[in-house]
Amino acid sequence: MPEISYREAVRDALAEAMRHDDDVFIMGEDIAEMGGSMGVTQGMLDEFGPERVRNTPISEIAIVGAGIGAAMQGMRPVVEVMYEDFLTVSMEQIVNQAAKHRYMSGGQLKVPLTIRTQGGAGWSPGAQHAQQVEAWFVHVPGLKVVFASTPADVRGLLWSAIYDDNPVVFFEHRTLYGIKEEVPDELEPIPIGQSRVHREGTDVTVVATGRLVHEALRAAEQAEAEGVSVEVWDPRTLQPLDVDALVASVKKTNRCVVAHEAVTRMGFGAEIAAVVQEQAFDWLDAPIERVGAKFAPLPFAPVMEEFVVPHANDVLAAIRRTVGR
Amino acid sequence: MAKVERKSTLSEERARTFLREMLLIRRFEEKVEERFRAGDLPGFLHVAIGQEAVAVGVCQALEDGDVFASTHRAHGHTLARGTHPNAVMAELYGKLEGCCHGYGGSMHLYDVERGNLGANAVVGGGLPAITGAALAFRLRREPRVGVAFFGDGATNIGTFHESLNLAQLWQVPAVFVLEDNHWAESTPEIQHSPIRDLSKRAEAFGMKVMKVDGQDVEEVHRVAGRALKYARDGKGPVFLHVETERLVGHYIGDPQVYRDKEELRRLQETRDPITLFREKHGISDEEFEEHDREVQELVEASVEFAKAGTDPKPEDALSNIYA
Repeated sequence: MPEISYREAVRDALAEAMRHDDDVFIMGEDIAEMGGSMGVTQGMLDEFGPERVRNTPISEIAIVGAGIGAAMQGMRPVVEVMYEDFLTVSMEQIVNQAAKHRYMSGGQLKVPLTIRTQGGAGWSPGAQHAQQVEAWFVHVPGLKVVFASTPADVRGLLWSAIYDDNPVVFFEHRTLYGIKEEVPDELEPIPIGQSRVHREGTDVTVVATGRLVHEALRAAEQAEAEGVSVEVWDPRTLQPLDVDALVASVKKTNRCVVAHEAVTRMGFGAEIAAVVQEQAFDWLDAPIERVGAKFAPLPFAPVMEEFVVPHANDVLAAIRRTVGR
Repeated sequence: MAKVERKSTLSEERARTFLREMLLIRRFEEKVEERFRAGDLPGFLHVAIGQEAVAVGVCQALEDGDVFASTHRAHGHTLARGTHPNAVMAELYGKLEGCCHGYGGSMHLYDVERGNLGANAVVGGGLPAITGAALAFRLRREPRVGVAFFGDGATNIGTFHESLNLAQLWQVPAVFVLEDNHWAESTPEIQHSPIRDLSKRAEAFGMKVMKVDGQDVEEVHRVAGRALKYARDGKGPVFLHVETERLVGHYIGDPQVYRDKEELRRLQETRDPITLFREKHGISDEEFEEHDREVQELVEASVEFAKAGTDPKPEDALSNIYA
């Protein structure tokens, strides 16, 4: 099995889908000659040409909206929104159009659109280039939401997102592009809605997404040294959510910590906590702990940024609090 | 009524079809007003009285495979494209037999089989998707055109500017139909746009502009046909600037306190597209009444059809969210 980076894994899924199917094409800002601001689409212009690797103006409304229109005609566009902060510019098209055409038409239309985007703190860009907004989209009926944390996952999930008949908002994390993992020789689709246990454990379930999966794994190692067995569970897709697997894990461990880089308040972890208490309340031995960013925009100064977003030690502290009860 | 000298470019038979289509929209909309005021119809309704010739002229010029996006004022476009009045009326009544099975309503009429990709209740919301549909036609080398209807109010919103820019940049086969009725809800054009000729906005993108009087159905049809051909021939998108009149309020029940009543009366007397057609073609009262009777029967039947329709089950609300 080859070892590839998260960045290569995204590219591989895109390129494989484009080789496989003329209806798949990509468009976004600076994705052609430059290969995307994260280098994800490097080399794709050479292979597929400018008709299918389309550089766009800085027009997030039109990028997403044109993707919707092409998708409604049966194509499978993958649009790149350079930073997830810029999803806010195209919010109307995503929420009122992509998510609702099928519904409002009474089932006449499908919108097989994939919106790729990325974000994540740790490099001090300030408040408008690194926030994590995935929870906003989980709130919208009609959208699917994916947040992949490893190369194998991002490859298999992106393929499934492209071939899903619904609009999928596909989150990548900036600080993960360089990480490597062994992936299957042949691309194996990962079903949307299927979670992954990164590490099995018996004392506490840490539900983590994106970068926090890796922080949670570090915290789990430290906890193990302290005699606490941690299960690290990654939903991978936030909508639909693999509820049965989540509930089964918590019923096994009797404790739950949720961890994401996004702001804690009203974050995805709040939904996880609600689902767990609804379906596994009697199994819980301690209150559910939440780990996330403090309630502030992302600050610029590195010391402040470091302070606002969560790290492995925050996850570890939450694990300690929950097993200490 | 006196026959004017101007010759029609169409067969008299085709022209009669236009008259009947316009009349269908007019009588349908009047019936919708009546049923709404009677308390039959839920929701928020906007009728197209005064703008019938735009819908009929453009839709009669479309070809099979062409697609369009409509606006909150959607009944006219939908009927003009051939969706049966029963299916439209049943949708307004929220019935399963409606063209969206009760999921859409007046502001979200779809009929994908006839190319209707949906009426949009977010002003300007449909323009980006039409640009994208046209991109798909271009990528697949299909001789099809995407048409976006919108009003003058929509020319101020971002979707308009981003869509026109992208469409022209990529030379996609789209026709942007500005139904310029000079009102954005209650706000007159003078208060919402710093320029008087809104087609200058399209010219700024380098887009081909065509202009037509929207109260003359044959002229709308002729110029729309040219615009569609231009786009279909791969010459790029067209901005079709149609001067029209909203001869009623923004919504049913709008008291139009913001509007000069004398001016409105003058427009109703001089700019009604149905009256203008009758004058141009010298349609006798007798012939007009015959068309009118037939159309009114259709409309009446649509109400009976809708009333006899099936209510969705409440839990149907949880279907059609995902494909």
